[in-house]
Amino acid sequence: MPDLSTINPIVLIASLMVAATPILLAGIGELVVEKAGVLNLGVEGMMITGAVAGFAIAVTTGNPYVGMLGAVAAGALVSLIFAVLTQVLMANQVATGLALTMFGLGFSALLGQAFVGVVPPLTPKLSFGPLSDIPVIGRILFSHDILVYVSLLVVALTWFWLNKTRGGRILRAVGENHESAHALGYKVRRVRILAIAFGGGCAGLGGAYLSLVRVPQWTEGMTAGAGWIALALVVFASWRPWRVLIGAYLFGGIMVLQLNLQAAGFRIPVEYLSMSPYLITILVLVVMSSNRGRASLSAPGSLGKPFHAAG
Amino acid sequence: MKRRTLLASSAMALGLAATVGTGARASGNTPLKVGFIYIGPPGDFGWTYAHDQGRLAAQEYFGDSVETSFVENVPEGPDAERIMTQMALSGADMIFATSFGYGPSINAVAQRFPNIAFEHATGYLQEAPNVSLYNARFYEGRAVIGHIAGRMTQTNVVGYIASFPIPEVIRGINSAYLHARAANPDVDFRVVWVYTWFDPAQEAAAAEALIEQGADMIMQHTDSTAALTVAQQRGVSAFGQASDMSQFAPEAHLTAIIDNWAPYYIKRIQERLDGTWAAGNSWNGIAQDEVTFAPFNPRIPADVQAEATAMIESIRTGAYHPFTGPINRQDGTAWLAAGEVAGDDVLGGLNFYVEGLAGEIPS
Repeated sequence: MPDLSTINPIVLIASLMVAATPILLAGIGELVVEKAGVLNLGVEGMMITGAVAGFAIAVTTGNPYVGMLGAVAAGALVSLIFAVLTQVLMANQVATGLALTMFGLGFSALLGQAFVGVVPPLTPKLSFGPLSDIPVIGRILFSHDILVYVSLLVVALTWFWLNKTRGGRILRAVGENHESAHALGYKVRRVRILAIAFGGGCAGLGGAYLSLVRVPQWTEGMTAGAGWIALALVVFASWRPWRVLIGAYLFGGIMVLQLNLQAAGFRIPVEYLSMSPYLITILVLVVMSSNRGRASLSAPGSLGKPFHAAG
Repeated sequence: MKRRTLLASSAMALGLAATVGTGARASGNTPLKVGFIYIGPPGDFGWTYAHDQGRLAAQEYFGDSVETSFVENVPEGPDAERIMTQMALSGADMIFATSFGYGPSINAVAQRFPNIAFEHATGYLQEAPNVSLYNARFYEGRAVIGHIAGRMTQTNVVGYIASFPIPEVIRGINSAYLHARAANPDVDFRVVWVYTWFDPAQEAAAAEALIEQGADMIMQHTDSTAALTVAQQRGVSAFGQASDMSQFAPEAHLTAIIDNWAPYYIKRIQERLDGTWAAGNSWNGIAQDEVTFAPFNPRIPADVQAEATAMIESIRTGAYHPFTGPINRQDGTAWLAAGEVAGDDVLGGLNFYVEGLAGEIPS
């Protein structure tokens, strides 16, 4: 008979945090983009660009941290293609976002050809001295690499910035009603371009986490849909930063838990668990599609709508 | 080539028809156009990589008389049907579709284009006279790595990353288990179904979960090299899938089952050129060099290497079949009597575990 005690819950929690970090980073970035009223479906493309750029730079410089910074820059750079097309040239956001994903997948495959089979420099776990030796908490909280902490910090700062600062309120105003924000004299286009670049940087970092820490190797198409999960996550979280964190750990947790249960010999409905993030998101979307539901889920009012400055 | 791939996959995902092939060449005869449909990217170093190696070998063998092209990352379902139709319309003479789930699509397209030769890897549906099936006896390879794993495991736990519960995968698990247990009666298999052919993060997480459960041998029926990388990091052993993956895990990689499609592709394209092509059902293995092995890691003890080599040779000569009775089903009922060999029809639809394997096959 399978034995539940062979699954160590502490290791499980620690590994779900690692599994969730890529979608958490990409999700929190996309949340800011959508809070500014822009729907960027190119998360997958920005992630994979970050994955290959971070990997290539880390290998070339021998330093994983330089690689991660490079991934942020690369993600932000490709997102600016989207920004220029949708904010300056007024292209359709949905189509441009999808095109960005395809561009990222193809472009990264091209860039990554020289890096297939290369071993990246190791990203060390941070040392917290005696803290890491505390039972239970030490393993869960003080045994990770830097990006796990960075991702948590980004969530906290995003929450603080969106809710407690003037800049954050301007961004939300732009996302809720761009006509009013414009009438008040806010630079709608500039705010949105900056938000898109932030989203790109976060997605790039999430991708680099996959190629430098999670797997670690470069393989064509290695994000394998993580960008779509991150998009789903934002809807699931109904545009609240802390819920993105909860959602990411929930989605990551389901994945890690079901794999561990299987490895321990339990019979579980894998086929349903594998699609659960998508099912949950479809459910949220259904609720959202009714107008009352949309308001109660607090979707930004101008989400996905093009903005023409009228004079 | 890369740019064309990029364009093709972009067009595909956009929901437009993917255009394949570059038109006839100026020099005299029109080359035979052969299209390939891939489920993943040729850079996966696994399943699709192996097919692409076969395509490249065929291209080199035939030179100017054949023109090959491919579309990568084609999802199973309506997308596959659309892309095959487009290939057919743009003048393909022969189409190789290299994933199990393309079955319904390939048969639908084949009925509309009776003059095109269709070849479906690992399939079972043959609803048109121009659909041919081909597969390789990977279970022969899995018998060999099962033996190595059984002989080398210290913890007596072998971890197995499985993709989808289809006969191809179940056959592999059964074959590996039977031969691991024959080498080591205490061996225990842990099977994790990941429900994907290619997702490096998921495969890495599965490998980690298995190692947490004590596995010191990792086998996979998925296409990426992620599990190998994890095995290398965690200091356990693993087996490559579809191609030599040793560069990703020099110590961990014990050997790999290599899918060598080149002989089949060259033979079938030649038949198409000669006009002798006819639909068939090919299932070659070690004997035809369609299943080969990566060089053994020196970490495999000499006696185990010798045993593995002997097993390979006895399969090659036909003296030994990996599914030779007595073998019981998981529920204890008899499947094969002593000395009885499983027929291809039974193996082709294998949907149960053999006795000793724990857990259930997901439905």
